[in-house]
Amino acid sequence: MATLYIDNKPYEFEEGRNLLHTCLGLGFDIPHFCWHPALDSVGACRQCAVKLFKDENDCTGTIVMSCMTAARDNMRISIDDKEAHEFRAEVIGFLMANHPHDCPVCDEGGECHLQDMTVLTGHTYREHRFKKRTHRNQDLGPFVHHEMNRCIACYRCVRFYRDYAGGKDLEVFGWHDSVYFGRHESGVLASEFAGNLVEVCPTGVFTDKTFRKHFTRKWDLCSAPSVCVHCSLGCNTIAGQRSGVLRRILNRFSEDVNGYFLCDRGRFGYEFVNGSRRVRTPLAKKGRNQKLEPLDRSAAIKRVAELFSSGRPVIGIGSGRASLESNFALRQLVGPQRFFVAESETQHSITTEIVHALRRTPASRASLRDVAKAGAVLVLGEDVTNTAPLLALAVRQACRTAALTNAHGLGIDPWNDAAIRETGHNVRSSLVVATPTLTKLDDVATTVYHAPPDDISRLGFAIAHALDGSAPAPRGLSPEIEAMARGIARDLAQAARPAVVSGAGSGSASVVEAAAGVAAALYKVNHDACLCMSLSECNSFGCTLLGGRDLTAALDAAERDNAEAVVVLEADLYRNCDPAIAGALLTLPRNVVVIDHTLTATAAMADLVLPAATFAEASGTFVNNEGRFQRFFSAIAPQAGFAPGYRWIAEILSVVGPEAPRWETLDDIVNDMESRVADCAGIRAAAPSASFREGSQKIARQSFRASGRTALLANTSVAESPNPADPDSALAFSPEGIQAPREQPLVARYWAPGINSVQAVSKYHGDPPAALVKGEAGADAAENHGAKAPAAFASHASEWLVMPLHHIFGSEELSMLSPSVASLARSALIVLNPEDAAKLSIRENDAVEVSNYALSCACVAAIASWVTKGSAALSVGRPETQGLDLPEWLWIRKAGAP
Amino acid sequence: MIDSPLTHAMKPTKEALAIDEYEDAGGYAALRTAVTEMTPFDVTAAVTDSNLRGRGGAGFPTGKKWSFVPPPGKRTGAAYLVVNADEMEPGTFKDRLLLEQNPHLVLEGALAAAFAIQAQTVYVFVRWAYAKAAQRLTKAIIEAQRRGYIGDNVLGSKFCVRVHVHTSHGRYLCGEETGLLNALEGKRASPRSKPPFPQVVGLLGRPTVVNNVETLCNIPPILRNGAAWFKALSKTGDSGTKLYGASGRVNAPGLWELPMGTTPREIIEKHAGGMKSGYNLRGFLPGGASTDFLTDRHLDVPMDFDAMQKAGSRLGTGTMIVLDDRTCPVAMVHNLVTFFARESCGWCTPCRDGLPWTQNILADIEQGRGRPEDLDRLELHCKLLGPGRTFCALAPGAVEPLQSALKYFREDFERHITEKRCPYKH
Repeated sequence: MATLYIDNKPYEFEEGRNLLHTCLGLGFDIPHFCWHPALDSVGACRQCAVKLFKDENDCTGTIVMSCMTAARDNMRISIDDKEAHEFRAEVIGFLMANHPHDCPVCDEGGECHLQDMTVLTGHTYREHRFKKRTHRNQDLGPFVHHEMNRCIACYRCVRFYRDYAGGKDLEVFGWHDSVYFGRHESGVLASEFAGNLVEVCPTGVFTDKTFRKHFTRKWDLCSAPSVCVHCSLGCNTIAGQRSGVLRRILNRFSEDVNGYFLCDRGRFGYEFVNGSRRVRTPLAKKGRNQKLEPLDRSAAIKRVAELFSSGRPVIGIGSGRASLESNFALRQLVGPQRFFVAESETQHSITTEIVHALRRTPASRASLRDVAKAGAVLVLGEDVTNTAPLLALAVRQACRTAALTNAHGLGIDPWNDAAIRETGHNVRSSLVVATPTLTKLDDVATTVYHAPPDDISRLGFAIAHALDGSAPAPRGLSPEIEAMARGIARDLAQAARPAVVSGAGSGSASVVEAAAGVAAALYKVNHDACLCMSLSECNSFGCTLLGGRDLTAALDAAERDNAEAVVVLEADLYRNCDPAIAGALLTLPRNVVVIDHTLTATAAMADLVLPAATFAEASGTFVNNEGRFQRFFSAIAPQAGFAPGYRWIAEILSVVGPEAPRWETLDDIVNDMESRVADCAGIRAAAPSASFREGSQKIARQSFRASGRTALLANTSVAESPNPADPDSALAFSPEGIQAPREQPLVARYWAPGINSVQAVSKYHGDPPAALVKGEAGADAAENHGAKAPAAFASHASEWLVMPLHHIFGSEELSMLSPSVASLARSALIVLNPEDAAKLSIRENDAVEVSNYALSCACVAAIASWVTKGSAALSVGRPETQGLDLPEWLWIRKAGAP
Repeated sequence: MIDSPLTHAMKPTKEALAIDEYEDAGGYAALRTAVTEMTPFDVTAAVTDSNLRGRGGAGFPTGKKWSFVPPPGKRTGAAYLVVNADEMEPGTFKDRLLLEQNPHLVLEGALAAAFAIQAQTVYVFVRWAYAKAAQRLTKAIIEAQRRGYIGDNVLGSKFCVRVHVHTSHGRYLCGEETGLLNALEGKRASPRSKPPFPQVVGLLGRPTVVNNVETLCNIPPILRNGAAWFKALSKTGDSGTKLYGASGRVNAPGLWELPMGTTPREIIEKHAGGMKSGYNLRGFLPGGASTDFLTDRHLDVPMDFDAMQKAGSRLGTGTMIVLDDRTCPVAMVHNLVTFFARESCGWCTPCRDGLPWTQNILADIEQGRGRPEDLDRLELHCKLLGPGRTFCALAPGAVEPLQSALKYFREDFERHITEKRCPYKH
């Protein structure tokens, strides 16, 4: 530890950061704008001035910018120094010269870094008497609202958008006091990470357009720590609601997972919670072909319980978008033998393969932070930008590791962002993108290879063989691919902390095997190797731990056992398997019960629908792609109509089996699960239990500035109603309690004394120890060597191998119920090789029909040379392409052609 | 021996010296000696010995600057020499004279410098307004290529070099060496943070030396005549000659190559022909718009780097702007600050937002709308925009004339405010 003297008092600190970061970490407040913990220092705003003294005899000192000065042992500084203080206040005065002072009508108001910093510097009276410069705003699309007059030109937006996230369509224009941050013209921001501008911007230039639409003052929100449901990465979020309407999602800092950022699907996909297709009360049909009609809660429970007294079995179908607790409860209800997962046979084999690969790999399982720090990355088969967007952001950061090392060699501090970017001109870390489809990471990749999944898999096997001679070699590889594999193997072997990235997106188990094989072979020569794989849904990993089988097996069981009923938990079977299988599963059993929050095609087929709570109304646990147990908490208090899935099941269980364990609270289920399912040991460590108190208090979901507690319902009564109780968590639906908890899993809002904006994140401590699913004992890489490389891709005469094409906006189920996300989704695309397109007389934008023996779907043609001849790529997750299990050999023809 | 090595060969017609004329005057002999008889280290040593200091305004020792470039064994890839011909300091037109009338001297200096740092590429960054200079330089490059001074194996040596002229869209900040490099890379001409210094990480991440035109013009004479000769040219400790200029209400505004350390009195009275009749000297900015005012008390201070610093100003570019007693100092400072406010790159707060504010106050004062507290605000701004407070030297330079005007011409400011009008306007 080193010592830093701040205003003549010694403080211990760890060297390696700049003065600003160090002082903030020590609990001091130094106003700042351009510095951001993830974007580091550039010295633009000149707000963080402090006085630096040569030694204890120096009484004059010099003003330095604390963000641009390294904190070193025995350094003496003053934050309170009169001259430094005056300078900081005057810098705010300069910034305020053009700032419109429209706080009362500004969306940022109350959670504004500029407001906080202005108060902090003590700048009070306006001395600038001249006209303010004004700008025109732009329409930046459905997510981000633009209000340029408020800009204080801290340059954070372009630094995040361009330098950090690789975006190209946001720039700074103009000079002197008229710099403009925007696009060259109005238009939708092209980056998948544009929503982060809302948090990165220290004032109200970039604000959340969806939040604006159901505006409330930010201090009136009731918020809870949450976990994103829109992909498998499990980014930590904060969900904010008022009067039962979910109004926004913010990032919740997690050092290992999402850091400071979210993708736009995660940030703006939340509105399915408020959607018109929500089920808010139990619904039942009087007969199979009747309409669903509201039903009393207790009658609904009774009706389900009766199904269990028939003596015939009940089939349970869990899903990767329901919490671990709900899935576990369903498994307990129907019994492990009759518990299935809403995945097709292929999907299920891939999910299982990924979970096994991650648990058995000798390499370490990579968090997003590990990927971001990797010295070399191999992306095998996965278009991460569209399937697990934040993983793409992490991979993009990994491309800089070589530049960081180089800068270190030149004596440049690791936080000196601009300097590192200058020195990194000619230095790039190795990034291999080997995927079936074009990806947005291609622009930073050192090697790009696009081919059908089997050829991607073969490249993987070849790399593994080049790393470890005992790994199987694919046969008949071309010399070019062999040389490429050797080069990639060499780069990975030599790199510090190399990462292998893959996932379920290519729809190929063979690609997953290949990636696992590379990680295992790489580990033999480089023990720092790590493996990261994405799955299809937010709790796919967790659901797999409960050991259910796939939907084909479910149908077999239903037929074989003459099932009385099927209970489907938070899944639309039609999205996940052949419509024939889904249809059979929903018609063969005498009764169909669906527990879901949204009226899906499956729910519409049900005899009884029990309305489930979404992530915003329930607490529970997801296991992310890394095997990390993560707890999410309800932001919206329990309401009369609907309940978390596990609560419905607990109530059914209490009627069906009086001997069953009584689950009163979430903790009861969590504890029960921990004792019954060995693989779920560790779930309790995901977050403190409901009995946790910080200094005898619960954690407040509302800010102490929350207003209108009685006014909200004043039209009916002015009496103060009691706060809803929350037996499931250590959080309270109240402004009373701890405002800034120390426990990261309980952070409901960023706040510190004097810091009301999200920038208070710099006052928070790091993550708790990870609660990870354990590896599988005794497993080793040898098993992977049982896998064989597939044969090379060969085209068919009249069919095309149609590969999955993922879209960040459009392929995921729930976010598509959010109007802002849906507005960016295009109709289903089929991408063809130019020669194939010519052969089929298909031109760009032509209507195309893709079909197999049973299905036919309409889509729009696109033509690109990255598609291998004989293959094509088709949008997945769209209504048009539902029921296809890509990759699949399909017929393609121009619509209307014979 | 020649006592005006930069200008002695120039033609009275103001035409550029053609390559034959330049060679006849001893041109390219220094380059020949350098590449055929000297090592790059020898060239750097000769320049270091001469004590040549950068003529762009900062006065950094040239040899020392070159010595920071890692030698080829310790670097990978290319190194660059960049000629800073982006002369845009108000009142300064010295580099233009050299570029237009003796382009081969600029070239020879640049080539010798490239040899010294073992750069294979030279970029000449010319301000867009210097179209004639760019044209003449381009012609000179073609001539020099034909004679084998540029290209592969220059004069039979192993030295290979290419020269490119880059005409910029122009901004004051392109004259700042790192801003220039950004502009050359096609980026905004905002300055870069240092370290890394360009000598280590410069253009496109490669070692780069950026030298001013006049600085480079001194290299061939130094190599030809030696360090002792160069030092003897000067009247003071800073060696060589200097292109001094004078503008304002003097009888013969112009530019003269004189011994370093010539006094303002000699420049104004002898070379510029004294003040115009009816006008008296009130003060002068010794080295361009971003230097502090000096007054008649300083007329005998030698114009070199150290003495000017001691007198409370800077040598800057050495081209003085003279303020007479019938010109309003407030209007003059307003004019200058307007320029700097416009040329701010918008990167750092005090410069971006402080200069326009300063400009507005000065406009108010000049137009009779000033308030007594404005002078305190102006003085505060001089402090807030001072060295160390801003990202680069633009704003500190911009407030230099203001802070000294407030010191020397305070009564003028006060009269504007009390009389609510400009007393110089009738």
